[in-house]
This record gives sequence, C-alpha cells and structure tokens, in this order.
Amino acid sequence: MDTIIAIKGLEKTYASGHKALKGIDLDIRRGEIFALLGPNGAGKTTLIGAVCGLVRPTGGTIIADGHDISKDFRAARAKIGLVPQELATDMFVTVWNTVAFSRGLFGLGPNKAYLEKILKDLSLWDKKDAKIATLSGGMKRRVLIAKALSHEPKILFLDEPTAGVDVELRRDMWQMVRRLREQGVTIILTTHYIEEAEDMADRIGVINKGEIILVEDKTALMRKLGRTEVVIGLKEPTSAAPTISGHTPLISEDGLTLTYVIDGDENDEAPADLIKRLAQSGMDFTSINMNRSSLEDIFVTLVQ
Amino acid sequence: MNLHAIKAIYAFEMGRFLRTIFQSIASPVLSTSLYFIVFGSAIGSQMTEIGGVSYGAFIVPGLIMLTVLTESVSNSSFGIYLPRFTGTIYEVLSAPVEVGEVILGYVGAAATKSVIIGTIILGTARLFVPFEIVHPLATAGYLVLIAVTFSLFGFILGILADGFEKLQIVPMLIITPLTFLGGTFYSISMLPPAWQTVTLFNPIVYLVNGFRWTFYGKADVNIAVSLGMTVLFMVVCVGIISWVFRTGYRLRT
Repeated sequence: MDTIIAIKGLEKTYASGHKALKGIDLDIRRGEIFALLGPNGAGKTTLIGAVCGLVRPTGGTIIADGHDISKDFRAARAKIGLVPQELATDMFVTVWNTVAFSRGLFGLGPNKAYLEKILKDLSLWDKKDAKIATLSGGMKRRVLIAKALSHEPKILFLDEPTAGVDVELRRDMWQMVRRLREQGVTIILTTHYIEEAEDMADRIGVINKGEIILVEDKTALMRKLGRTEVVIGLKEPTSAAPTISGHTPLISEDGLTLTYVIDGDENDEAPADLIKRLAQSGMDFTSINMNRSSLEDIFVTLVQ
Repeated sequence: MNLHAIKAIYAFEMGRFLRTIFQSIASPVLSTSLYFIVFGSAIGSQMTEIGGVSYGAFIVPGLIMLTVLTESVSNSSFGIYLPRFTGTIYEVLSAPVEVGEVILGYVGAAATKSVIIGTIILGTARLFVPFEIVHPLATAGYLVLIAVTFSLFGFILGILADGFEKLQIVPMLIITPLTFLGGTFYSISMLPPAWQTVTLFNPIVYLVNGFRWTFYGKADVNIAVSLGMTVLFMVVCVGIISWVFRTGYRLRT
C-alpha cells in the first residue's frame, strides 16, 4: 500500500504540561478518504496542526509525500492544503483576491483558468468579486476550501468542514470531496457528524486522549463491531421464545416483544433468515423493526 | 526563494493600504500641515535662523521623520497583528515560506506606504515653506532606510502585542515623545550642556539629524554616527524577527 503521510512517534506536550499527543503512529494511504474521529480535546486539531506546520511537535517524525515536514518543509507544505476549523477569513478582501493570494503564498504563479474552475466547483463563481464580509457562514467555509485548493495540493486536511453548514451545502461539499478523491487527492477529515464518516470514509481512525486507539477499514470496522437488532412485536404474549440459528432473543416484560441480536460478522442474510424461520415456527407477529448499529454507537463504545 | 509568496503578501498589504487610502494619507498630511501653520508660519516667523536655515525649513526633516516613524511602526505592527487577531495567520504559517520572505512581504509593504506618505508630506511642506535639498539622493536613501528599519520594529511589536491597545502604546508613548525630544523642533545646541548629554541617549536624535544633514548639509551629530546607529538598529530588529520565526514564539503553539 502506497503511504502518502507517515507519522511516527508523534508527540506534543504544550508549555502548560498538557500532553496533547502521546506517541502517534499513523499511515495515511495515497488517494484515500481518512476520517479522524474523536471527542472534543482528543488531539485531532493538534495532530492536523503538527502535519501542517501550525504546531511544533515535541517528538516524532512526519513524512508527507516523501518529504520530512521539518527538514524539507517547503516541499512538504507545497503538497498540503488545510481548511481550518475556525472561519478565519479576511473580511474586506474579495473572494477572487483571497484565493489568488493563497495560490501565490504557496509559491505558484497565477492561473486564472484553474481558480475559475475551483470557484465554479464550489458554486462561488458568481461571488468572486464580493467581499468576504458579505458572505454567509457556509459560503465563507467554501472560500476557505477554495483557498486550500488554490495551490493544487495532493493532500487536503478538512478540520470539521461541515460544522455549522446547512444540509444542502453539506451534501454539495461531500460531492466535492468525492470528486477530489477521484482526481487523486488524499483527504483527511475530522467531523462530528459520524454518519458522514460512515458514508464517506475509506478508513476510520479513532483518537482519544492523545492516542490513536483504532485504525480500521470502514467496512471491516462496521462488520467487526457493528450489529443488527431485530425487534419482533407479537400478537400474543409469550414466555418461551424460540432460539433460531443460535440466537436467543430477549423477551420484554409484557412478553410481547422479542429482540434478536445479530453480530456484524454474520451473514448479511441472517436477519431475513431469522424472520423466515420465525414465521415457519407458527408465531404470529404484528411488527418487525431492524436497527443496525451505527458508527456512532461503535464510536461511543470505543471512547468510553 | 518563494517569489510568488513575497509578491502575494506585498500585494495583499498594499491592497489594504489602497482600501483605506483616504485615512492613510489624509490624517498625516493634515496633522503635518497644522504643524507647519503653527510652528512654521505663525511661531516660525518670530524665530531666528538656526545655523543659517530658517526655522520653518529647519523643522521639515524632523516632521517628516515624526510621521514616517509612527506610520512605519503602526502600519507594520497592524499588518502582522491583524492576521494573528482574526486567525488568518494560519495560512502564512502553513505555507512553504521562510522568515525572510514573510519579512520582505509585510515589511516591504509597510515601508513602501511610509515612503509614499513621507514623500507626500515633503511635497506638502514645500507649499508652506521654501527650502532646497542639498543631497536629494541621500534624502531618498535615508527615508527608505528609516522606513524599513521602523517597519521591522513595528513588525516585532505586532508579533509581541496581545491586544489592539498595545499596538498604540509604543508609537504614542515612546516614538512620539522621543521624536519631539529628538531635535525635531530645535537644535540640541540650544539646550543646556547637561541636557545635551542626556539627549545623546535618545536614538531618534541620530535619525532626525542624519535626515536633516541630507537636506541642509549640516546637523548636530556626525552623519556617519547617525547612519551607523540606524543600521545597527535595523540589524537588531532582523535578528529578533528571525528568532521569533525560528522558535515560533507567539506564532506557533
């Protein structure tokens, strides 16, 4: 597997003595969408800051696309785009000028066609001459993304990109992220909307208290830790529910509800199979509900 | 060398200047005009010549210096403090730029503004009092040197400041008083001997006198000493800024 970012033994202890990162080892693969999840204060932003040059690590190494981020910072940083969590923008500058500024700052000459394409992709083209102060919060967020993309980075960090963004815009943004991935950009994002990570990411890393506690392929993670609950509402109360294919249900106090738990690593057809057999057993039921555990459930279990 | 980055920062800062062109120019021009009306014309007409130069003409270099110093410090400190305050500094810190490039961009733009304003004031002064410049090239060179040096100084203030009021304190409480006491309105030979000695510890004396020498070919302090002090101050400022960026002091966590 081709690694684009290699983080080894990364440590950050702030002057206050707070250990924000405690020896992080993490490899990001070229071309993937990697979601970094963790509760507030887990070290997500510090980790991103360390790769992008905003935070000075107190230990460890980071190699970005073959370049050490401290020894060879020019080459490393030219490859990286960062969309910060805070909506930090220059208020009185136009959208076009701020994006052109970013491109220059990262060492590239003007390229009107490229900037036009970015602004069009982000639905900002008709606002190119507007001052940033006049834009809505969601548009400001897109301006930050445009700035981060202005120097054609190979690696894009999105720190909470959809915080405070409405549903429609969030959907547009994820479409854009997918397009970028198709173009070969590696994307590392943090998000509070876990269903987004579930929807978007190829791999998921969970960070808690400055340590990576899990890195897993998303589907493998869901399979390993996810489970499905099949809840059956009965017509007549029962005290002896049938064990089907090795699954013994929980019976509610009134005897009217059966809950079967199917682990994530079982056959995908297991729930359907269970219901068919239940019908054959002669039990009469009035409702069927299925709950697949979400990444959120898995996440909560992990960080507890 | 990341020339595109220098250009981008410089253009960005000059853009800020152009957006506020009216107050950037009107305020220093107005206050200097007032000085010329009060000290140059009204009071100056009652004063005797100083070293063969009319009083109105005598104060011109000092007044230009007063504005150039305060403008350089405030423009430059504001230029770097503002992105720190709004958070946009993240972009400069994550960009493939070295300290020298950042300085060239920010300080270069601040110094350019000061030189423009200084030149406008020079023109304004000419409307109020007649004077001839003996060494015009030296005047231009000195103006640039002072603008760059004090823009560097302002850049340091902008990095150290942790509030808008702190940005105002140094120009108001240090630069302006030292300039007033630095021989802007008088020749230090007019002071009692004890105060003449005290005055020599005021660094602005060397700047004002060096600049005045380029105008009239004579000054209270030797031009070589003036130039030496200015360059020394500039080197110290560059040293401090390099240290700040190397250690990330107040910039990186």
